[in-house]
Amino acid sequence: MLVSAVAHADATLTIGTVNNADMVRMQELSGDYEKSHPGVHLNWVVLEENTLRQRLTTDIATHGGQFDVMTIGAYEAPLWGAQQWLYPLDNLPADYDVGDLFPNVREQLTVDGHLYAVPFYAEASITFYRKDLFAARGLTMPEQPTWQQIREFAVKLHDPTHGVYGVCLRGKAGWGENMALLGTIVNSYGGRWFDPQWRPQIDTPPWHQAVNFYIDLLSHYGPPGPSDNGFNENLALFAGGRCAMWVDASVAGGTLVNPKDSKVATKVAFARAPQQITDRGSAWLWVWSLAIPASSRQTQAARDFILWATSRPYLKRVGERYGIASTPPGTRLSTYEAADYMNAAPFAKVTFDSLRAVDPAHPTLLPVPYKGIQIVSVPEFQAVATLVGRQIAGALTGRGQVDHVLQTCQSAVERTMKRAGYYDKPAPAEKTERP
Amino acid sequence: MSARKSKTHPERLLAQPAILMLFAWMIVPLLMTVYFSTQYFNLLYPKKSSFVGFENFVYFFTYPSFWTSVVNTILLVGSVLAITVVCGVLISVLVDQHFPGQGIVRMLLISPFFVMPTVAALAWKNLLMNPVSGFFAWVAQLFGLTPVNWFADWPLLSVIFVVAWEWLPFAILIFVTALQSMDREQKEAAQMDGARTWDVFWHLTVPHLRRPIAVVVMVEAIFLLNVFAEIFVTTNGGPGDATTNVPFVVYTQALLEFDVGAASAGGLVAVVLANIVAVFLIRLIGKTLTER
Repeated sequence: MLVSAVAHADATLTIGTVNNADMVRMQELSGDYEKSHPGVHLNWVVLEENTLRQRLTTDIATHGGQFDVMTIGAYEAPLWGAQQWLYPLDNLPADYDVGDLFPNVREQLTVDGHLYAVPFYAEASITFYRKDLFAARGLTMPEQPTWQQIREFAVKLHDPTHGVYGVCLRGKAGWGENMALLGTIVNSYGGRWFDPQWRPQIDTPPWHQAVNFYIDLLSHYGPPGPSDNGFNENLALFAGGRCAMWVDASVAGGTLVNPKDSKVATKVAFARAPQQITDRGSAWLWVWSLAIPASSRQTQAARDFILWATSRPYLKRVGERYGIASTPPGTRLSTYEAADYMNAAPFAKVTFDSLRAVDPAHPTLLPVPYKGIQIVSVPEFQAVATLVGRQIAGALTGRGQVDHVLQTCQSAVERTMKRAGYYDKPAPAEKTERP
Repeated sequence: MSARKSKTHPERLLAQPAILMLFAWMIVPLLMTVYFSTQYFNLLYPKKSSFVGFENFVYFFTYPSFWTSVVNTILLVGSVLAITVVCGVLISVLVDQHFPGQGIVRMLLISPFFVMPTVAALAWKNLLMNPVSGFFAWVAQLFGLTPVNWFADWPLLSVIFVVAWEWLPFAILIFVTALQSMDREQKEAAQMDGARTWDVFWHLTVPHLRRPIAVVVMVEAIFLLNVFAEIFVTTNGGPGDATTNVPFVVYTQALLEFDVGAASAGGLVAVVLANIVAVFLIRLIGKTLTER
């Protein structure tokens, strides 16, 4: 212990992280860590998600070495792990209890048997709804509704003159914004991004049905200007009592049941994410995790820190300080075994069920060559989903017909894949090795 | 003659280091961009980079948003120039008359120029144009009208407003100063000969402002071709491609798609476009500057 303390002496760790509530709490609690690890200084770089992603990607791809700890998502971890840009986290200490991590979540961060990042929190998409409004109309939300049912409810509950909109959904363009939701809608309509030969499948009936359904639903029974609304905007709308239903990340539950942040703390209820013709891939899985870039010069100190920030004692500490419902969700099975957490967090059961049901390895009804539900685990995905997301946000505001937009997207995606060499060889060996 | 030559020679020598440095400052990034524009270089596949010739340019020109972005750039630059020059001249003439509080009014007119573009854009987006909580929505509701969702329904127009608001003070600053050097006696003489206000404005003020207008157009055009922060903060190039201009496409390529090759090609295309505009403007303005 003494030896390791000496080895850590005077290390300054630069930590890049997102400005989400759970990460801000980590920063606030990190004073404890610095106290118990004299000589270790933490230098925080807290940025908005997209900006952080740009900074981290350019840093790691050019081996810049600016960061010792990176906060990365379920999309980057397997890609960067496969490139060996991350420091593998093997032989974790017994008291860390790797077996306690959700198996699906751990799987998402593992490449060729090596864990490349440790989960900080994980989320599935779930349906939030207002039980008071449902009761007033005599409606019942099924445990797992279909999108058609969501539409029927939205028609009945949409009441813009009183400032309540039938359903709030993400409309803001971005692969992590509207495309995350739309990916799950397409999956539940039986669609997929690519066929096993990596031919894009955007100009196919399931996509047309899903996108038409989404645009019709959101533009008729949603809030005004839906193309501006991402996760945070919808969270504010729902917390302010303006939405009857909302399908989004389960992590919002912590805010919505907190009376300090939410006007609907006692009125919100939870169901699984909607399905349609299949429930495969109908709920997304996203993991925020902590990883160490291979270019870091202080891997030992960094490893010690990320294990602290994802450990059981840390989760307990957050619960004590901020209320037990604020415990970072979705990473450890033991969180969901604790009765006081399950009682304090009414969304915990739905989150738990959803996280256990998601299967990133088999995300769609028809076979696909990729892993990931709302994401496709190839580097080109960011480019293609950004483009498709922009086009669909445009269609949502009435710029362009859906059929035409999807044709444009189909050819644009095909172009990108062709440029990246996916169709050069009959079955590129390199591609199949990728996660 | 020879004495003058020997006198200027050491001066030239002394200027060489500065010139060299400025040259390197410009040429090194440019050459790197040219080099990268011929490579397939995606940050997500650093090992796969290879020489691809003109493929990046072909890719950039056939990018679905490219032509929209060129049109948007021209619309943005053209409209903002028109608004700032026309309104700038009119406002400058108005505040050129003496009235109580003239100094304060002039200062207020110029102050938007000191607001950072990102801050200005955020203020417009959240405080003024927001369809729920914005000032314009409040005014519309006061008159029983439906609030306009500016950035979703009129995205390019909204961006033009924001940018014009930022650049109008610059135009006013230049025009007000220019008007102060205008010959008052000439104006008075014209008025005594029975010229109406309009005639004075059209035949004396506007010709006097020709050169300042030329300066404003040239300086603004250079900056307006590169408008990015306002778009990034307000609409993020959307909805669809509605507010995507050429710099924004380059940004999309480089930092959202991490395709350095295509982004470099795009950067070069933007440089060429800017040069075309510059050549036009310099021809145009050079003429007005030398015509006396």
